[in-house]
Amino acid sequence: MRIRPERLVLHAVLISVALLWLTPTVGLLVSSFRPRDAVLSSGWWTVFTHFWDLRQFTLENYIEILTAQGMARAFRNSLLITIPSTVIPISVAALAAYAFAWMDFPARRFLFGVVVGLMIVPLQMTLIPLLRVYNRLGLAGTFVGIWLAHTGYGLPFAIYLLRNFFAALPRDLFESAYLDGASQWTAFWRLALPLSTPALASLAIFQFLWVWNDLLVALIYLGGTEDVAPLTVKLTGLVNSLGQNWHLLTAAAFVTMALPLVVFLTLQRYFVRGILAGSIKG
Amino acid sequence: MRWQKSWLPWLYLAPALLILAAYLVYPTVETLRLSFYDARGETFIGLENYRWVFTARPMRIAFRNNLLWIVVFTSTTVSLGLVLAVMADRVRYESLFKSAVFLPMAISFAGAGVIWLFMYAYRPAQAPQIGLLNAILVDVFHTKPVAWLTNRHINNFSLIAVGVWIWTGFNLVILSAAYKGIPRELLEAARVDGASEWQIFWRIILPLMKPTLAVVTTTMIINVLKVFDIVYVMTNGNYDTEVIANRMYKEMFHFRNFGRASAIAVVLLLAILPVMLINMSRFLESGER
Repeated sequence: MRIRPERLVLHAVLISVALLWLTPTVGLLVSSFRPRDAVLSSGWWTVFTHFWDLRQFTLENYIEILTAQGMARAFRNSLLITIPSTVIPISVAALAAYAFAWMDFPARRFLFGVVVGLMIVPLQMTLIPLLRVYNRLGLAGTFVGIWLAHTGYGLPFAIYLLRNFFAALPRDLFESAYLDGASQWTAFWRLALPLSTPALASLAIFQFLWVWNDLLVALIYLGGTEDVAPLTVKLTGLVNSLGQNWHLLTAAAFVTMALPLVVFLTLQRYFVRGILAGSIKG
Repeated sequence: MRWQKSWLPWLYLAPALLILAAYLVYPTVETLRLSFYDARGETFIGLENYRWVFTARPMRIAFRNNLLWIVVFTSTTVSLGLVLAVMADRVRYESLFKSAVFLPMAISFAGAGVIWLFMYAYRPAQAPQIGLLNAILVDVFHTKPVAWLTNRHINNFSLIAVGVWIWTGFNLVILSAAYKGIPRELLEAARVDGASEWQIFWRIILPLMKPTLAVVTTTMIINVLKVFDIVYVMTNGNYDTEVIANRMYKEMFHFRNFGRASAIAVVLLLAILPVMLINMSRFLESGER
């Protein structure tokens, strides 16, 4: 079978775009394994002329940034910030979403509209008053402070998504459960939550990556406090302090990206679903 | 719905409503108030901060740059996402391709900033170029290296390119899902009737994808209005690359001028509001039972 010229152009364009998109990340990864002198005297692409010569690679950069530059502690901080900042908003949102979907109370539609409407507020609108309150209460520079802040910022979208998911579950299921004497709590815990695993998973991945990759919120509420700084804050600090030490900067950047990349590559399906559902979060 | 204790729903709602009130409603009102007060939030100064926002030189540069971002970034990411979605649909390695373009969405803007600082690395003409872009210019095209981030004619475009690299995959994924929702028979029928692929794209695909295109376009505009991390990490707004959100951060943290920073935030909200309302009305429609 002959390949038509249009097909050839199609393949050429798609493959070049894919390569173009991957190249910057590959360059970073390769450089992070090269010794200082090599990084500073030749381009990273020169390793491909003798790629299998493994003596040109080293783990030194990673050892230095993890220990001497404190990236290991920043990694731990990122975990300590991100996990509660994912679990708390989703739990709080699930409770509220269940009430909005399956309970009857005055002003239900109006309140839901207000909650969804809060998605409009850019977080810049909240920074100054919250920081002032935090400074007074001693919450600035603490993990609890940033957990609650991320909860506040994540709630409107999480409630919106979960409420719509809960509301789409079959009505008969809940009515027969109530007839059998199930309490609201049982219906929430045993019916709504287990049936919503895909939505919860998408939401969790979305929120996890959003918090893990966040720079602004951490800069504001954690300030420059070294012992609580997450990876993004630490990395930005290194950009200023390490200057042209690309062998270290590239390794540090890759450390911040490692976990999101693993999450992305293994759970891509849920991630994409979350993106599709949440195209207006912000 | 069965009989229930009337306070029970409020028990489920309480944690969420309390947090929303404390973290979104109260601060929004308070920021609005502070925008009419002086640097320390003590003396009422009327519209002085807003006068500054609309006349000060750094703000004028920031507005100009955000406008540049809106036009260049939005048009590039949306059109590229659309074209790639339609093209990728025709090959077997589609999902692999989409993953490659989507990958930057998973990493932080700070990380992406470092990746591109390295791509843009600049050295004087005699030294070996270790940044890929300048190496191509010098070694392949034998021209002078370019200071991508400090040359005032191009540095904003250098930053926008990083944004395009990050966000195109997002548009690609959403537009690709919408494209797959178009009935294949429709396209086949047009082909049978002798329509060219070009005509099919402009006359059938584009009109049918209009609602989704509107959603991704408004989403991109909102992103751009709030763009912060890329600029903060790569240039910190120096060499005329300032943007609104980065300026707000500077006013707040470096100059400790809460009045001006609040006024910038309010202007940001007002700029986002109409775009968000367009987006939201669509959102609420799709969410109705």
